Amino acid sequence: MATKASRSAARLMMAPAVVLLLGWMLVPLIMTLWFSFRTYLPLRGGDLGWTGFDNYVRFVSSSAFWPAVQTTLVLVLGVLVITVCLGILLAILLDQPMWGQGIVRILVIAPFFVMPTVSALVWKNMFMDPVNGLFAHLWRFFGADPVSWLSDAAMPSIILIVSWQWLPFATLILLTAIQSLDSEQLEAAEMDGAPALKRFFYIILPHLSRAITIVILIQTIFLLAVFAEIFVTTGGAFGTRTLSYLIFQRVLESQNVGLGSAGGVYAIILANIVAIFLMRIVGKNLDN
Amino acid sequence: MARSVSSRRKLINTGLAWAIGLLIFFPILWTILTSFKTEAQAIASPPLFLNFDWTLENYGVVMERSNYARFLWNSILIAGGSTILGLIVAVPAAWSMAFVPSRRTKDILLWMLSTKMLPAVGVLYPIYLLFIQLGLLDSRAGLVIVMMLINLPIIVWMLYTYFREIPVEILEAARMDGATLREEVLYILTPMAIPGIASTMLLNFILAWNEAFWTLNLTAVNAAPLTAFIASYSSPEGLFFAKLSAASTMAIAPILILGWFSQKQLVRGLTFGAVK
Repeated sequence: MATKASRSAARLMMAPAVVLLLGWMLVPLIMTLWFSFRTYLPLRGGDLGWTGFDNYVRFVSSSAFWPAVQTTLVLVLGVLVITVCLGILLAILLDQPMWGQGIVRILVIAPFFVMPTVSALVWKNMFMDPVNGLFAHLWRFFGADPVSWLSDAAMPSIILIVSWQWLPFATLILLTAIQSLDSEQLEAAEMDGAPALKRFFYIILPHLSRAITIVILIQTIFLLAVFAEIFVTTGGAFGTRTLSYLIFQRVLESQNVGLGSAGGVYAIILANIVAIFLMRIVGKNLDN
Repeated sequence: MARSVSSRRKLINTGLAWAIGLLIFFPILWTILTSFKTEAQAIASPPLFLNFDWTLENYGVVMERSNYARFLWNSILIAGGSTILGLIVAVPAAWSMAFVPSRRTKDILLWMLSTKMLPAVGVLYPIYLLFIQLGLLDSRAGLVIVMMLINLPIIVWMLYTYFREIPVEILEAARMDGATLREEVLYILTPMAIPGIASTMLLNFILAWNEAFWTLNLTAVNAAPLTAFIASYSSPEGLFFAKLSAASTMAIAPILILGWFSQKQLVRGLTFGAVK
């Protein structure tokens, strides 16, 4: 058992990390809260005083708000559906015996290591460019007119880019979860004549449910914060302005810090709702 | 695996998996290939796959024109510095939580995780303002600090899950033999923990290298790492596919290679030990 001395030593060793993170969390949080209740325009007069909940009301009632909420939901849900569904299928496939499994795994995981600005620019120019992009060549080959992806189909294009980045993550985690499945159970089901679809729905899917939940929660937190992919491709135009991009524009582009901070508080609340569910699962895992 | 599978089925699996794997990898492959073409070949119609005159010209142009080395150096310093700094803070914390747990350890761990959930955009302006006040805007030191702080929860968590796998009995035996706390940490714990620390370093280096919110918003010229270097190619006059490809290849190559080594640890690190 730990002695009293080692307990206080332990507390001392924990202190720097706790203090740093506490400062990192509290200082900006309090500043954001403070700004959100003030009219604060750094380039047009600075801090113009207290306004109560004015910023909160204005942020929600601005014409850009609901479209931004909708865009955020479409992006997050679209990417989640694509990555989780394809991730499950890919994980099952990669779990099968085959030649060169290690290499295929590496190929599938690779996009996760590509920095967001690179993947956005590569997709934007080399694939989605309406004149010289690979898609344009492909469309012309089949006699169709090339599409201006990032202006005419901006949301699907961004969903495609972001899904490409996150599919490896979902696949990797689901594959790890599948590999912990007892293969005897599957074999027994197979011997009893359970068809592949039944084996999937009654054995594999229930076994994966926890991993799927974790993938959904972690991805949601990161997807709510998607930034570089929009910044580099459309700059928020053509209906791709998400909630976090709207806040970024309010704060840094139009320099309305009060309004942007109120938006920031909304974003923090939203992220926390998701986070609570994630923490519950992770917390349960700590107990055993 | 005990399942006996007909070689026909194995053949189908292999074909399907390779096809999908190559499809997913294709954008990266295409970028690497294009980086060796001339600009004219890069936009040739129909596209050239392997049948072009390979050239290294683009790499030379990119290095010369945009001072690639400085961006690379910034990326290395920021990712490396924040990882090392993070480890210095996190190792003692994770050690004490793993070996001298108290009633509140679980709460502290979860609270640390919760700071990771704070959306960056919500605190963008305060950080921006503090950086101006402290003279940290567009400085490498400032970014090292921010990167360290945003990744600290992951570092603590990963180390914690590794440390917890070290049997406590060994430590107790050492204590019985009269080892001091310092000796215990230095001669017993550290050697056993090195694999875990190494993979934690690797993952955090990768995460810091690819981070593209704070690096884009808090840098201009001096401290700009590769993420910003690439973003500067987003302007219309940067529409040179071969040069863009060369720049992209140089920005992702080091991490792609490191990433392949870290794929096993990735799952543990990114799910906070919830999936192993």
